[in-house]
Amino acid sequence: MSIKHSLEAWIDGIGLLGPGLDNWPAAQPVLAATTAYVAQPLVVPAPLALPPAERRRVGQSVKIALAVAQEAVTAAQADAKQLAAVFASSGADGDNCDAICKVLASDDRHISPTRFHNSVHNAPAGYWGIASGAMTPATVVCAYDASFGAGLLEAMTQVGAVAAGVLLVAYEAPYPEPLQAKRPHPSAFGLALVLMPQRGPRSLARIRIELVDAVADTMANAELEALRQQIPCARGLPLAQALAGGGAARVVLEYLAPLSLAVEIEACN
Amino acid sequence: MSPLHLSHFTASSCLGHGLDAMQTMLLQQKSGLRPCHFETVNDLATYIGETPNVDAAALPATLAAHNCRNNRLAWLGLQQDGFSAAVEAAIARHGRRRVGVFLGTSTAGILQTELAYRRRDPVSGALPDDFIYATTHNTYSVAGFVREYFQLEGPAMVVSTACSSSAKVFGSAARMIEAGLIDAAVVGGVDSLCLTTLYGFNSLELLAPEPCRPFDVERQGLSIGEAAAFVLLERPADDLAADAVLLLGVGESSDAHHMSSPHPDGLGARMAMAAALQSAGLQASDIDYINLHGTATPGNDAAEGKAVAALFGDRTPSSSTKGATGHTLGAAGGLEAIICAIALQRGFLPGGCNTRQLDPAIPIRYLTANADIAPRRVLSNSFGFGGTNCSLVLGRAS
Repeated sequence: MSIKHSLEAWIDGIGLLGPGLDNWPAAQPVLAATTAYVAQPLVVPAPLALPPAERRRVGQSVKIALAVAQEAVTAAQADAKQLAAVFASSGADGDNCDAICKVLASDDRHISPTRFHNSVHNAPAGYWGIASGAMTPATVVCAYDASFGAGLLEAMTQVGAVAAGVLLVAYEAPYPEPLQAKRPHPSAFGLALVLMPQRGPRSLARIRIELVDAVADTMANAELEALRQQIPCARGLPLAQALAGGGAARVVLEYLAPLSLAVEIEACN
Repeated sequence: MSPLHLSHFTASSCLGHGLDAMQTMLLQQKSGLRPCHFETVNDLATYIGETPNVDAAALPATLAAHNCRNNRLAWLGLQQDGFSAAVEAAIARHGRRRVGVFLGTSTAGILQTELAYRRRDPVSGALPDDFIYATTHNTYSVAGFVREYFQLEGPAMVVSTACSSSAKVFGSAARMIEAGLIDAAVVGGVDSLCLTTLYGFNSLELLAPEPCRPFDVERQGLSIGEAAAFVLLERPADDLAADAVLLLGVGESSDAHHMSSPHPDGLGARMAMAAALQSAGLQASDIDYINLHGTATPGNDAAEGKAVAALFGDRTPSSSTKGATGHTLGAAGGLEAIICAIALQRGFLPGGCNTRQLDPAIPIRYLTANADIAPRRVLSNSFGFGGTNCSLVLGRAS
């Protein structure tokens, strides 16, 4: 049974960061298979838009989220202050969580106040607000392995409901041990989209999504497929690949079984 | 927005299990806060709102993988007031794929992880084999638990924006219904006591050494609570009872100011309240009662007071019910929406507990006693770390 209702928006900007995928311009030919994928450890840029005091306090997950958010907004030439934001992540800040749990298991339970306020799942949303000055709504969603699909669905319903632009930021950072053994993500990863209600001069593609019963698409490249399977926000890679290819494409993204998300992409020419 | 019907709801907190217990405590203006002796936490001089008998709640064997305090609290909550039966009836009406689950939580089952860290392998440092990350630690775990409990097949997620989480889920569910993706949603919030929040708020010097006193001139900080709050949200039928409660508006904003302090003038809070009124198509003068966020920290109450005064003046009766329930964090938005629903149905305004002398610097009409006034439309505020703000407008059908 396919649920009839589809949601539509225009993609004006893309941000992508993963191992061997330094940004969207670098990732595009790799995803379009015109350049070979070469796995490399990810280098996360410093969040220069944050004031120095905040910049010192943030961990890798915030840096990843802010890097892809900024890339997408810059590419879209959008005013960040006008965009609502949806952040999607399964685990948020694993380093911080581990540090707090270690202290709480020790004889001295005094945890750092900075660690505590950074432990909230919405830390990247809070820092994005401070960096961008956006006082627009920002929400933060989690659906374990389906977090990318949940974020995309939330962002698309927001575009439809308020007829305004929405910045979707899906990100993940790996846990340190011992949590890594329980929840192994091989690398940090981030994927951001600026979604607009109407086609504009910067629009790259039209996107339509609907809930379907269908098996999720995989990546032909084995290394990229491994990323897709092991990092929740990398479940969006087939969508990124469809965007990289230009033209029109339909891909199916993993969501919550038995549902998947069918995504139709049509490039603007 | 198109109004939605809160067709069934229930809440469990330190005020007791289910609506009757909560209503009795609210009508008597009693607080459920007690000195903190949670788990091994005996070194914090503070009060907490602990829900009775959470650890006695035994999950069905088929859901054993979800066993943690947060899901036990969720399960306990689902058993009250016929809520599970109401959801089953909604599933029968709409289908398993047409009922969504959107729940707020800040810490999910993190207590399970805190306990597992004490049992790390002394040599390898590994967590014990019986620690199950996905269904207890992960932020989504409570929505996953509820989706599995009802064997639902529709959209689901957790919203985790600290203390606005379970207010924001109402907006997500409304958009999902408006888009035609679902016909009903289980919304609300579940957040449970854990060491991270107790020692975390202690590190920020925000815990009161006494039961919290919102908007009191001598307020000293907050009291942590826990709650499971559930609402079944559906499109309203044509023949609603007069006392049916509707979600009329949702407003959201961000402070863009600081991670753990609100905007000093409450600018983000004011924007969220204004957006909620606009979403409901109402004016400030249409609101009969405001359930304040009112955590009782000096800074939060001052900022919220400025925001309320700027928008509503000193006319609108307001109170924080956190003196009764404690601050239930990611469950607060859902819990306080249900308190508002009780006030709308029962026809009274809940006065705040514990507040002895109102802060004269905050020019709002704060109720320190229950008022025998039947509200028609009310507003509920929920704000959180990271500068996240959400306000809901609820009202009677007629």
